[in-house]
Amino acid sequence: MLLEPVSSGDWLVIAPVVIAISLGAFLLMFRHYLRWQAMIASGGLLIMVATNAALLSRVVADGPLVMTMGRWLPPFGISFVADTLGASFALAATFVAFVCAAFSAVDIDKTGRRYGFYPFLMLMMAGVNGAFLTGDIFNLYVWFEVFLIASFGLLILGSERAQIDGAAKYAILNLLATALFLVATAYLYGSIGTLNMADIARKVDGLRGSAPLMTIAALFLLAFGMKAAAFPLNFWLPASYHTPRLVTGALFGGLLTKIGVYALLRSFGMIFPPERGELSGVIQWVAIATMLLGAMGALAQTDIRRMAGFLVISGVGVMLAGLAIGGTGALSGTILYAVHSMLAMAALYLLAAAICEVGGSFLLNELGGIYRASPLLTAIAFVLFLAVCSLPPGSGLWPKVILVGASIEAGRGWLAFAILLTGLLTTITLGRVFILAFWRDGEGNGAARAPSAAHLAPLIVLLVPILLLGILPEQFIRIADRAALGLTDSAAYIRAVFPEGGG
Amino acid sequence: MEAVFSVLVALFFSVGIYLILSRHVIRIVLGIALFGNAVNLVIFTSGRITRDGVPIIPANLDLLPGPAANPLPQALILTAIVISFSFFAFVLVLAYRAYQEIGVDDTMDMRISEPRADRLPPMGY
Repeated sequence: MLLEPVSSGDWLVIAPVVIAISLGAFLLMFRHYLRWQAMIASGGLLIMVATNAALLSRVVADGPLVMTMGRWLPPFGISFVADTLGASFALAATFVAFVCAAFSAVDIDKTGRRYGFYPFLMLMMAGVNGAFLTGDIFNLYVWFEVFLIASFGLLILGSERAQIDGAAKYAILNLLATALFLVATAYLYGSIGTLNMADIARKVDGLRGSAPLMTIAALFLLAFGMKAAAFPLNFWLPASYHTPRLVTGALFGGLLTKIGVYALLRSFGMIFPPERGELSGVIQWVAIATMLLGAMGALAQTDIRRMAGFLVISGVGVMLAGLAIGGTGALSGTILYAVHSMLAMAALYLLAAAICEVGGSFLLNELGGIYRASPLLTAIAFVLFLAVCSLPPGSGLWPKVILVGASIEAGRGWLAFAILLTGLLTTITLGRVFILAFWRDGEGNGAARAPSAAHLAPLIVLLVPILLLGILPEQFIRIADRAALGLTDSAAYIRAVFPEGGG
Repeated sequence: MEAVFSVLVALFFSVGIYLILSRHVIRIVLGIALFGNAVNLVIFTSGRITRDGVPIIPANLDLLPGPAANPLPQALILTAIVISFSFFAFVLVLAYRAYQEIGVDDTMDMRISEPRADRLPPMGY
């Protein structure tokens, strides 16, 4: 048993989860006070952003921060471990959720509030933060289920026919993915005898000859690949993400697939590096197929919301490219791209909401004249499109530079070619949106009016980190390098969980 | 005992996957339920199945004297059962609502969110 109490500063590691769950419960109790819900949820998320920022700065300065529940020693108690990877993802995700919560004040109507949009939002953020910060693989499964059930609630809020249809596909396929995750966890526990990730990471080397680790690794790839919407397991995403309210689409497109990518990074970067090497050919072709088919799917869409869904998938392919290459440099590119993707994809869905407000439609056949109606929205859209296409000065540039460099260095010319081709296809897709929706005269639909500040403000707030990442990337790259180093060299992580090397 | 269970697990998995591959939502939902229970049995089997002893350490010892079934997987299953049961209830209601709203149970005809007649984007101005 641990006898000394946890020092008060170490509570930081569970603070985001605790705040999210307690505020979610609070909002559930007071769900009839509709006016206060948005304000309380945004305030709570702002506090979570602050605690996550404090956590990240502390983790970057002092190394991983650990807290084990119930005074049990680490392999037996459930550990929460914040390392640079988890803390930076949690910070980016919570920031996106804060912007979305502030935007939801205009996007979610009274009915949506009465049926619990904000409790679901807080519960989902508890799941997301818990998944990023936990150090126990079964606990990771539990957090997956927490954000999954909250996301079901968000997805069907409104109960339109398309929503029910999309939710049925989303629910069934995601349920199957978490069941597969549980199968892999059962095999892992059966062969290694522990669920603590640090304990697994240090014991797994001794079992390389005897335990069926390739089977377990392949099952993890299948389960997390399905969560991350990697080809050929991506069909639930474009069927569902465009159906709910756009703020929900922004949250899902920004956050949920990245949790799958995070779980892939954690399992393959830290626990199964040799198995990752064996599977790297498979991951490479999955990555190429995902990014190209995602971009081509986006090219074929008329509805800009569905286009955004396919762009999310295409981004997942780019992230998998780093996982296929392996090594600190490529993983750092993946981590940076994931952070970029959280910001940019959420912004893309919010932009779709602003475009619909101005142009009165989501369809490229009907949109037009937005440049005349609002030059400011056009400027915002232009910068955001550059970021999504990975062109300067947007945030997508540097992670792609790192990934293309790493793939050429590793002798994977096809991978580098696919990443660049994806960029080209994405540029054509979004360039066409710009030509048709912004430049074209909106004579067929002359009702274009100026967008409200409530639609512009969240976009501008999201553009700030996007531009920072594009223009001043040094600090971000340094943090991503540290995060990747924490994965490939897990000694610091293990030492943080087992200070005396015992257990 | 584990061998018997592995056959049982295989049976559950194959029936579950067979049902999930069906076109009808209600069969898919039943398949998901069977699949979830197959997973629970996998966890159960991974913790040794034996009636030899109870996993309680006697007062004068530090370790278990003999082999016993590992109680931790059983605790994990409890969590997994609660979660999968609540999800099953949700998906069942969702499937029924989808049948009410869309009027079909066949996934090939559930095309409300991705309509077949979706137009391609315009080729020019």
